Amino acid sequence: MSESHSVNIKGTIRLCSVVLLVIICTTAMMIGLSFAQLSWPLKVTFILSVAVINAFLVASYLMHLLSEKKMVFTVLAFTVFFFAGLLGLTLWAMADFPVGTTH
Amino acid sequence: MEKNVQQFPPFREPQAPAVHEEHGHHGHDEHHHDEHHEHAEPGFITKYIFSTDHKVIGIQYGLMSLLFMLFGFGLMLLMRWQIAHPGKAVPLFGPVLEKMLGQMASGGVISPELYNSFGAMHGTIMVFLGVVPLAFAAFGNYVVPLMIGAPDMTFPRINMASFHAFFLGGVVMLVSFFIPGGAAQAGWTSYSPLATTIPTNGQAFWLVGMVLLITSSLLGAVNFIATIIQLRAPGMTWMRLPFFVWAQFVTAFILLLAFPPLEAAGLLQLMDNVAHTSFFLPTGLAVGGRLADISGGGSPLLWQHLFWFLGHPEVYVLILPAMGIVCEVIANNTRKPIWGYKSLVYSALFVGFLSFIVWAHHMYMTGMGQTIATFFQTTTMIISIPSVIILTCLFISLWGGSIRINTPMLFVLGFLPMFGIGGLTGLPLGLAAADLYLHDTYYIIAHFHYVVAPGTIFALFAGVYYWFPKMTGRRMNEFWGRVHFWCSFVFMNIVFMPMFMQGIKGMLRRMSDGGANYSAARVPGAIDTLPDSVMHLNTTILWAAIGLGIAQIPFIINLFYSIYHGEKVNSNNPWGSTTLEWQTPTPPPHGNFTVEPQVARGPYEYSVPGAAKDFTPQNEAGGPPAPATHAH
Amino acid sequence: MEIPYTTQVRPDTGLYNAKLGIWLFLASEVMLFGGLFSAYVLLRVGSPEGFWPHGWLSVTLGTVNTLILALSAITTLLAWVACKVNDFRQFKLFHGLTLVLALSFLCVKSYEYHDKWIHYEIHLKDGRIADGHLEEQDEKTVTISGRIIPGDQEQLLYDLRAQKTIPRDEIKLERSNILKMENYGPRHNTFTAIYFTMTGLHALHILGGCVVIGFLWGPGSRMWKTDHARFTNRIEISGLFWHFVDLVWIFLFPVLYLT
Repeated sequence: MSESHSVNIKGTIRLCSVVLLVIICTTAMMIGLSFAQLSWPLKVTFILSVAVINAFLVASYLMHLLSEKKMVFTVLAFTVFFFAGLLGLTLWAMADFPVGTTH
Repeated sequence: MEKNVQQFPPFREPQAPAVHEEHGHHGHDEHHHDEHHEHAEPGFITKYIFSTDHKVIGIQYGLMSLLFMLFGFGLMLLMRWQIAHPGKAVPLFGPVLEKMLGQMASGGVISPELYNSFGAMHGTIMVFLGVVPLAFAAFGNYVVPLMIGAPDMTFPRINMASFHAFFLGGVVMLVSFFIPGGAAQAGWTSYSPLATTIPTNGQAFWLVGMVLLITSSLLGAVNFIATIIQLRAPGMTWMRLPFFVWAQFVTAFILLLAFPPLEAAGLLQLMDNVAHTSFFLPTGLAVGGRLADISGGGSPLLWQHLFWFLGHPEVYVLILPAMGIVCEVIANNTRKPIWGYKSLVYSALFVGFLSFIVWAHHMYMTGMGQTIATFFQTTTMIISIPSVIILTCLFISLWGGSIRINTPMLFVLGFLPMFGIGGLTGLPLGLAAADLYLHDTYYIIAHFHYVVAPGTIFALFAGVYYWFPKMTGRRMNEFWGRVHFWCSFVFMNIVFMPMFMQGIKGMLRRMSDGGANYSAARVPGAIDTLPDSVMHLNTTILWAAIGLGIAQIPFIINLFYSIYHGEKVNSNNPWGSTTLEWQTPTPPPHGNFTVEPQVARGPYEYSVPGAAKDFTPQNEAGGPPAPATHAH
Repeated sequence: MEIPYTTQVRPDTGLYNAKLGIWLFLASEVMLFGGLFSAYVLLRVGSPEGFWPHGWLSVTLGTVNTLILALSAITTLLAWVACKVNDFRQFKLFHGLTLVLALSFLCVKSYEYHDKWIHYEIHLKDGRIADGHLEEQDEKTVTISGRIIPGDQEQLLYDLRAQKTIPRDEIKLERSNILKMENYGPRHNTFTAIYFTMTGLHALHILGGCVVIGFLWGPGSRMWKTDHARFTNRIEISGLFWHFVDLVWIFLFPVLYLT
């Protein structure tokens, strides 16, 4: 319990309000982007990047991952790597079919 | 048996009498106080069924998984009968089968559908209800906390929940045999769309059972990792962990991260089966000559990817704990340090890491492209390197040792060449060109059975014989142990060796008549017919399998007889071992250690020059000083 | 020997047991939802051009739910801080709020499910397609509030925004004219299938979270007095789980509602 957080409610409320405000803004941005006239891959990339920012905020401040220990990071890094492998290699395998065949 | 699982108050004297002292110790907390008063039924239930003691849970897992393995073996015997004598009633068990399963076994004959469900359930039971729970959960639960000098697992109640989820999963699997339509029939891999289109609810039961088993594994894996990271005794640095603990650590990570995608896939297939979605069903799927009433748009290959994302790491879940056991037994019985401890550790870590990116070598036949196939062939060839390093280290460890031949050591010596055969015959399967020919033949069956049956299961037997004295305070009978080993060894090879030949000749797996119809439908003498010499091997295999079954009888009797009547061990450390599990009272009390062990040295200090004995326990002071902090 | 590090921090890892445990569990959850997201991506990439639905889900309701979860994530954090500064009243307030927000999320979600459940796609024998919400039905007729889409413009079904060019109307259909009638349940197509599966599994996590939060708010809070340090840890751990559930929604929302 030796967190480096400031342990008072008011300070936390201030931090939280900022986080909440940013989350509202990013959500609005995502919705705005979804109506924009963009090509589909570009749109998805933009919207998901905003979502990643959003997720980063939640993970790093609300889940106080920023002040977390090395052990936790190591576990999460492996997890993210394996998830990327699962998604990436599967997509690759699905895309790489001999010419003239479909799956 | 009773004695070894009694819950003693903490800090019991090392040689305290086994008799219950009613109020002898300061009943600090109410829980222990209550335990003292029970000798009636509720006490039995809290002690043996709702126990949170890692040792009791380990034994629960062990007995359950041994029973499941026996059951899975029984299914296999019935299948072997059907393969050797297609369409003939099963002797002795035929009427029983007919009575229990009805039309599917009418006349005592195993129908093709029943054969398929036996095949699917044999695989599922052996992998998920037999070997994994025994290797990982049973030995891991019992031995790991003892080896690292911990009082228990970090989350004892989650540990209990894990066993209960496993138990429920097993029950669901068994129940599925008796529902209309019978158990799952799509093989242990449950490929869609087959798994969805076979008209039985058995598949839904299978999926629910799998979700329960996966949940059990996840809870277990979290517990193991947290225990190994958090509860190591003072001085037990990472490089002082016995290799068995390392093996379990890597295994737990594989289970933690590879199982969830299968759980996801299981949920999707459950939706396909129950809510009639089309996750794995393609557009235009025809069943029984008619277009199926589904929306389509799914991808059967998606199932295969998600399945094998677990399926391949699962192989290492099966083999790593076994290697851990082998390592412990070898070090103990060669009376010398393991050769290349660090290589073993890094190889195990590397195997665990790499096992996540080799899965599609099970899918060369799906028509994948050259580039991606090359990628997976490369990773597959790379992963064989650390496996070979591990096996080599274990072999070299034998060199120059004054080897004690006892039952555990015999099984371990059997493991080494058998696993070698299994591993080396896997190489051709990792290469697409050879795999296209060998895929789905008996060659595959022989290959992975050599890895798991005379490989892993031999190591597990070694583990049972090796740790039995710690669990019960008695040894298993040595003579019958040797009988068990030699008979198993011989019959195991007669069962599996001919399958290589059958497979190379082109006999396909999953044919309920062993290839009789396949052969008959071809022009006599054509290149793809199965010659009689190959077909006759089915009979040989059947009798060898029956022999293998008989060879297990001495083990079963030995196991239960020795609990009460085995030769008593005269010390807490009958094998003269260095690792911490032998430095506790026998059987270890609740809370394990009488005093917190201070670890002062590495795990395998056997025959250290100048030492008084030929082994120096890890907690014996006087070695190189332990680092002040829990360094990595 | 008792199990060490249940509340204190182990020096070399800097963690207490449950903290490590929950992060390991969350890692496995990442892979669980990761498997589902991978399935989503593959199904979507594999679907034929123009046949992946757009605009089928209400962005308004999705946004409301996003904000509800974000707010509840913040109240859980505040509840934990209240534990740390030893303010029981504030703890009860913030954790109670979390519970209320979680339940309102579930209410909105059930409304959305219901909305899909009564939404029908009806293929008529003359080739046209009627698409809309069921108003009433009897043995002879079916009344929906929706649109009739010409048979050669089936693609309009998959794009709600483009569909709006056709005016919405009350439509009465003879049952004898109906070829096939199917609601927007999971079996309708791969989009509804993955939508129901992913949000369903997510809703189950919310439900599980409700049970835990409810327990810690109610009977579980007795531990406040008996073992305060451990109780604070429990709030932190359950909070981490809750934030993870929020995190999953942060990705579910754009993936299902917006793109």
